[in-house]
Amino acid sequence: MKKTVTQHHKNVNENPCNMCMPMGGILPFKGIEGSMVIMHGSQGCSTYMRRHMAEHYNEPIDVGSSSLNEKGTVYGGEKNLKTGLQNIIKVYQPKLIGVLTTCLAETIGEDVERITADFKKEHSDLSAKIVPCATPGYGGTQFEGYFLTLKQILKHLTKPSESHDKINIIVPNISPADIREIKRILQVMEIAHTIFPDYSDTLDRPYERPYKKIPDGGTTIADIVKMSGAKATIQFAAMVDDELSPGLFLKEKYGIELHNIPIPTGLESTDIFLHTLSSISGKEIPQTIQQERGRLLDCMIDSHKYNAEGNAVIYGEPEQVYAITKACLENGIIPKVVATGSKTTKLKAALQPMIEQLDMGIEIVQETDFSVIRSLSVKHHVNLAIGHSDGRYLTEQEGIPLVRHGFPIHDRVGGQRLLSVGYTGTTMLLDRLTNTLLENKYNQYRTKMYKEYYEKNFLIGS
Amino acid sequence: MEQLALKDPKVIEERKEFISTKGAQKQQVKCDEDSVAGSISQRACVFCGARVVLNPITDAIHLVHGPIGCASYTWDIRGSLTSGSNHYRNSFSTDMKEKDVIFGGEKKLAIVIDELVEKYKPKLIFVYSTCIVGVIGDDLEAVCKKQAQKYNIEIIPVQSSGFIGNKSAGYRAACDALLRLIAPAPQEQLTNNGETSQPKEVKKKSKTINYLGDFNLAAEAWIIKNYLKEIGVEINVTFTGDSDYVSLKKAPEASLNIIQCAGSMTYLAKKMEEIYDIPFIHISFLGIEDTKESIRKIARFFNDPEIEQKAEQLIARELKTIESQLDWYKQKLQGTKAAIYVGGGFKAISLLKQFKELGVEVVMVGTQTGRKEEYQTISELATEGTVILDDANPTELEQFMTEKGADLLVGGVKERPLAYKLGLAFIDHNHDRKHPLSGFVGAVNFAKEVYSTVCSPVWKYV
Repeated sequence: MKKTVTQHHKNVNENPCNMCMPMGGILPFKGIEGSMVIMHGSQGCSTYMRRHMAEHYNEPIDVGSSSLNEKGTVYGGEKNLKTGLQNIIKVYQPKLIGVLTTCLAETIGEDVERITADFKKEHSDLSAKIVPCATPGYGGTQFEGYFLTLKQILKHLTKPSESHDKINIIVPNISPADIREIKRILQVMEIAHTIFPDYSDTLDRPYERPYKKIPDGGTTIADIVKMSGAKATIQFAAMVDDELSPGLFLKEKYGIELHNIPIPTGLESTDIFLHTLSSISGKEIPQTIQQERGRLLDCMIDSHKYNAEGNAVIYGEPEQVYAITKACLENGIIPKVVATGSKTTKLKAALQPMIEQLDMGIEIVQETDFSVIRSLSVKHHVNLAIGHSDGRYLTEQEGIPLVRHGFPIHDRVGGQRLLSVGYTGTTMLLDRLTNTLLENKYNQYRTKMYKEYYEKNFLIGS
Repeated sequence: MEQLALKDPKVIEERKEFISTKGAQKQQVKCDEDSVAGSISQRACVFCGARVVLNPITDAIHLVHGPIGCASYTWDIRGSLTSGSNHYRNSFSTDMKEKDVIFGGEKKLAIVIDELVEKYKPKLIFVYSTCIVGVIGDDLEAVCKKQAQKYNIEIIPVQSSGFIGNKSAGYRAACDALLRLIAPAPQEQLTNNGETSQPKEVKKKSKTINYLGDFNLAAEAWIIKNYLKEIGVEINVTFTGDSDYVSLKKAPEASLNIIQCAGSMTYLAKKMEEIYDIPFIHISFLGIEDTKESIRKIARFFNDPEIEQKAEQLIARELKTIESQLDWYKQKLQGTKAAIYVGGGFKAISLLKQFKELGVEVVMVGTQTGRKEEYQTISELATEGTVILDDANPTELEQFMTEKGADLLVGGVKERPLAYKLGLAFIDHNHDRKHPLSGFVGAVNFAKEVYSTVCSPVWKYV
């Protein structure tokens, strides 16, 4: 095959594997009680992101825009942003407003810290808190945007607090169902906690009348303020750079002990989570959870031979990619291609030792796109893809079946209900993976065997 | 002038003129203005408008010059079908980073074009500008020209910076790009004094038409092509569904332009009349009445008894086929009240007519980018008491659908979860639909979709 453009060093991005920073910034605010978001930029940004999120969560996603026009771009968008804030306060009466910047606002040099501070001064009766975040679209992916925003929220809201018994649980972009499962485990273990952010109710809300513009649920602001006095922080962000780490911020500013561990997907990562909980709280892991572990082990044994035939491509946000890769490795699925659109130094370093043991030519690529992911998947004869919906072309074009995981899932329903954490969630995920391999195998083996052993030998010349 | 008395005191003052009630006031609803900041407009941006119009051109490379988000959120955004190349279903981006914003992105754009030309050998590349490109002032025109000369292919810049207006401005940018594309080679345009002028020698083909404003969503353009073929009229090129470089170049040869989506294509039709002397007529293949009338209108234009006779035969036959099915749906849908909130005025008008055909009362109708004359028609078609609104937001949609007792909303992805949360039925009238809504078959599909959602057993439980 003629090699045209050097894959890993090309300038063009062909079919993006990631989204932009402000997209990541919306989600944390959706997980805080009574919160609204406004994006400082042109109208399209908020609309596109709302559309993506609405499709994934199947929930209304109200996000404001300062709707910058030509005039605002040339002479500054301060007036637009202030009008936008006023209108949002009037209609939604939020307790907290997140102000995210976009490429446009950043490029014309809008200082949202200053503008929002002025706005607060001008409205002394304002009860809503405002948290500005600089999230230029060209500054990173949604992954960085998410954590940067979490850290910014903590910077603005936490105050020195008396020590208390709660554990901070800082979650990355996992599904609302995942957050609920983590809460259930904490409840079963009777551990007081603050989940930050908690969009398990707001982005997977029950049907109820009357309709609420801002849904119930989310981490309370009072709890966020007091995260500074927690017993410890558990943060599922093993792949996040230190400078973006909200847990590290709490540690450095308030001396809160930090356990930065992987998303508890897979047996080992869930073990780490439970042992961490146990060691912080001094509580035993309850019988019910041990049984769940036993069931996961039973499931792993039931499926291990099928999974041994799996050669996977895993792509998405670094944190999810790491968790899934680990889960694949412990089940005998070979992660042939591990890819992310984000820039991360930690992913390769963390996976390298495990992969070296395998000695199987595994590729880890970062800051990549789907043209690279696709060609590497073909090169390595991948038969299972795990990641968000944009990988559907791997199925359409190369016949690689896709197990949808992560964000966004916009071509199937139930992205918000996918459960993949804890022993129970891992069991469900593993079943999805194994059954996809089985379905693919059953669909193909008659034709494959016929071609291999009959057509070649008996039909030549006929 | 008394605008609608809004029961909710929290409504945004600047929005009042964009809302009216048929019969309650003489003044027409205000439209075609920038969105009010913080109003949670459902609109997108200029870039989006340009992208959706040009994207169905199948063998073009669609290159977004900007940060990654813009390309990511619009990848394969339309359900446009192709009979040839699949190139348009990729999303290419220069993936601008901070460095490119500071030092300018022209160099990277040129390199990206080099890479794309080497890898794909395209005949045509569209380069879309995004917000920051407009701000930092990259000379798209110059880079495209230089690269086009280097490779002797067409590279057309699309001036679609997000903030320079709304989606309509994007339609215009797309039409300008199309006009450049269909213009004959420069040397043919030169007059004696060296100035460009109208091309003199375009050979017109009789009984051949261009079909403007159909994007071949779920085969819609093919359905219409078949109808017209049956009556003896040939479609020369569709703008832009299932079109390609070669077919678009032949556009000036047509003897008539018919326009379906008026919002996106009227400007192009007017220009083509001016430059190539091609007359145009507005048609609509959405709904039975419009489909019948449009076929007759086209047949009458050619003033050929045979065509007119064949048209009547086709209409009679198709009506007979669908009559009993439609009657059945009509019966089931008696007493249903519908709300409409869609992108363009053309769509809103045809939906008003279609609901009339089904005996469904429309109680609210609005658009994102409707024009003055379209709102005029909407107002004429609407029944007394119908709420008409421009650039509405979730709060207004919720309020008026509730007040007016709507059973059903027609809209796009962002509106769907809102309707469902309010316990209303919903019709997707979006870019990505998977069944055709055009022609006689489309009218049945529409009725079927309305029935499937309005009469679903699920509403018994909420």
